[in-house]
Amino acid sequence: MTRQRWVVAAVAATLAFTMASCAKSDRDNNPSNTASNTAGAPSSTAAGESSGGGSSSAGASGSSAASGTASAPAGDTGMPKDPNGTFVFGAAGAPETFDPLYATDGETFRISEQLFEGLVGFKPGTADMEPSLAESWTHSDDGLTWDFKIRPNVTFTDGTPMNAEAACYNLDRMYTQTGAGATQAEYWSLNMGGFKDQKDENGKAVPSIYSSCTVKDDMTAEVKLTRYTSKFPAILGLPSYSMQSPTALKKYDANDVKAQGDSFIYPAYATDHPTGTGPFELSKYDKQNNTITLTRNDNYWGQKAKVKTLIFQVIPDETARKQALEAGTIDGYDLPNPGDWADLKSKGFQVDVRPAFNILYLGFNFKNNPALKDLKVRQAIAYAMNREQFVKTQLPEGAVVAKEFYPDTVDGWTDQVQQYQYDPDKAKSLLKEYGKPVTLNFWWPTQVSRPYMPDPKSVFTAFSADLEAVGIKINATSKPWNGGYLDGVTAHQPDLFLLGWTGDYNTPDNFLGNFFSSPSTNNFDTAGADFGNDLADALAKADAIPDEDQRNAAYVDLNKKIMGDWLPGVPISSSPPAIVVAGDVKGLIPSPLTHELYSLVYKG
Amino acid sequence: MLRYAVRRLLQLVLVLIVLSMLLFIWLRSLPGGTVSAILGERATPESIAQLRHVLGLDQPVIVQYVKFMGQVLQGNFGQSTAVSPGTPALTVFFNRFPATVELAIGAMIFALVFGIPLGYIAARRKGGVLDTSGVVVSLVGIAVPVFFLAFLLKYFFAVKLGWLPPSGRQNPRIDATRVTGFFVLDGLLTREWDASWDAFKHLILPSVALGTIPFAVIFRITRASVLEVQNEDFIRTAQAKGLTSRIIRGRHILRNAMLPVLTVTGLQTGGLLAGAVLTETVFGYPGLGDAVARGFEQRDYPVLEVLVLAAATTFVLVNMIVDLLYAVIDPRIRTR
Repeated sequence: MTRQRWVVAAVAATLAFTMASCAKSDRDNNPSNTASNTAGAPSSTAAGESSGGGSSSAGASGSSAASGTASAPAGDTGMPKDPNGTFVFGAAGAPETFDPLYATDGETFRISEQLFEGLVGFKPGTADMEPSLAESWTHSDDGLTWDFKIRPNVTFTDGTPMNAEAACYNLDRMYTQTGAGATQAEYWSLNMGGFKDQKDENGKAVPSIYSSCTVKDDMTAEVKLTRYTSKFPAILGLPSYSMQSPTALKKYDANDVKAQGDSFIYPAYATDHPTGTGPFELSKYDKQNNTITLTRNDNYWGQKAKVKTLIFQVIPDETARKQALEAGTIDGYDLPNPGDWADLKSKGFQVDVRPAFNILYLGFNFKNNPALKDLKVRQAIAYAMNREQFVKTQLPEGAVVAKEFYPDTVDGWTDQVQQYQYDPDKAKSLLKEYGKPVTLNFWWPTQVSRPYMPDPKSVFTAFSADLEAVGIKINATSKPWNGGYLDGVTAHQPDLFLLGWTGDYNTPDNFLGNFFSSPSTNNFDTAGADFGNDLADALAKADAIPDEDQRNAAYVDLNKKIMGDWLPGVPISSSPPAIVVAGDVKGLIPSPLTHELYSLVYKG
Repeated sequence: MLRYAVRRLLQLVLVLIVLSMLLFIWLRSLPGGTVSAILGERATPESIAQLRHVLGLDQPVIVQYVKFMGQVLQGNFGQSTAVSPGTPALTVFFNRFPATVELAIGAMIFALVFGIPLGYIAARRKGGVLDTSGVVVSLVGIAVPVFFLAFLLKYFFAVKLGWLPPSGRQNPRIDATRVTGFFVLDGLLTREWDASWDAFKHLILPSVALGTIPFAVIFRITRASVLEVQNEDFIRTAQAKGLTSRIIRGRHILRNAMLPVLTVTGLQTGGLLAGAVLTETVFGYPGLGDAVARGFEQRDYPVLEVLVLAAATTFVLVNMIVDLLYAVIDPRIRTR
């Protein structure tokens, strides 16, 4: 017996020794632990200098050149206590992919915005575009030909140069997506339209705004469009339009996206080798501990990141993120519950409120319910809703009642639209004029919190009570956001629905175009309304006006019609989402686009 | 015997096929799904139709199922869409399996280290303060829901007192080397002591939360068993022979009392996965339980399929092994 025990102990000891000998710590040979600052791209000539140029609005202004000379993003000029420090951010979800072309979600973009840059960017803290990898651009009078002057001496993190050839390679790569790649390159189809050789179900080519990109000289890329649109070139600032290393894209088969069953298989480029020009590069994705580690790109052309390591720790639960911040495990997280703002502030955390760049609305669906086709009923609903009280009691500080379908910082906004102050008596009299009982199927989502709608239940509770108070019968339906709500709204099942939008860039088309274009397929089913086609036509016309003043005037007119003559829904509010960081964190510039640059952030 | 084993294995395959089919059809009959989860509020009927077409979701369910099984036979369950987007579902399982095993080991260590000695002492001092309070604590341990206890523990020890980390498996600031996926063990093997110590600290609260029910059960069984054994004739004989009380306690009472405790320990270990779903969710602990919860919430079908089939396979295999053991013990079963 004793001998047996000795044998077992000896075997166990040998096994343990063997395993310990085989296992080696990566710490000593991790390249990310050795700072390399080799010669290459010159550092920014204007670190901290304010960025000039660039059009403050998204579109072109007449025939003048919209150009700029900004270099690095302007930020806090203070210095961190530890230049080799680490900043840990609590993310709500894991990234879908590291290739932003195939992504649409905020958590993926949060990471890709640190790795990549576009030809144009957005001024930190605003939704206004500014030069980025293109240091300037000019366009023809008709707005169909654009010359982008590429910033010199910029390299990708694999050492290859960012030049006109790389710019055209990227744009052509986006345009030539096919199969699963085309399905996943959603921001291209949403903003640019079709892909090369893409046909609809009738065999007709799907029109694309993009036509071609030509290398005029080493540092000038000429982009041709098939029609003018106000959103160009602002859309080039979206993460999906980021410039990526052509060498790495080819080397790691970046276009080899495959659909399989319920999911997509991404190539090695998107999972392990994203290669951009940004202030950080991907170091490690530890899927067992749910952490994504980025390290400083020491060859970055602009202001170098103030921390050496940037870690995103995925913590899906919002309460757990708050507790992790309080415990010091993470240094910040996004979208703290407005109910926690005061508590977090009282504990010394910085709750940075972003400018409200979103809209929450009550949508009407024109497909099924005849009552909603009558403007009087729609106006009665608008008068019955006590939006002022809702905003005051249910939304965070800084939220405002929306007068139209986009926030007041976007071009073409006007307060000269018909106002719908809370007036239940007027609502009742309008319903009386209509003369028939009104019953509406009102849908609201569960299992979701959006920046524009932190608590959907409170929105529904407030407004369903308001509507019932004026005599409208409500049939309530709640469904999980991903468990039937979005599907039902898209399939035009509800009469009333709650939805919203966070702006991608600063143009009216980004809001109105997404809501009301395509009358037969938009969520409102405006094809069922007598104004649906007029609204869509007016939107297309306004978007195609190259002159900024004329275009804005067209949007002003359009907003007046939408709110006065058509009323396809009731805009409710614009609500400022917040981001919270520890008390000693400096340099964070909250962005209305949630486009925060963590290269500017450090612990002081 | 061999024929019996082969027959049972064939039955297992049949069970798995039926289960996978039911699971496949049931998941696809749930409202919403992958497409709306991927597209969000930017979805349009065209983009939904296009995505459904590309993913083959517009085909009859049975066609989808046959294709799915074709892939499964090649070891491919598809890619996760939400739990760990883009990662093969099988890899998600293997990435998270060590986390849950580590947690289960932690929970059982807690249950055994406290349950057996306290149960023994309670039995030896039956009716005393320790016994009474032990019985009350064990009752509370069984009665209090795991998630509530998890919240309480987290609130006091992590949030209020700040003694232990509130969530996760390891502090993200620690640059740890992964070897086996068992973080505590990995730290020891690579001599990254800080990584090992930190992972251990992250294990304490979830282990206590998850181990409370097994602790309570083991405590009560130990107590009852010791009470029964210490009144057996052979103990009296041992005392009459003049053996020291230390030898009687250690060699005769405790050893004999341990048999039912061992049986119960095995059963309790098997039941830990259900508790792990709640514990891991509360502590944001990236194990299999957390994957199940998030998979359902966000309609991650490939991950759910792997996890449910893995759980079912384990269950069926364990049952098969037990049946085979019965067959070894009782030859009549073999001939039936």
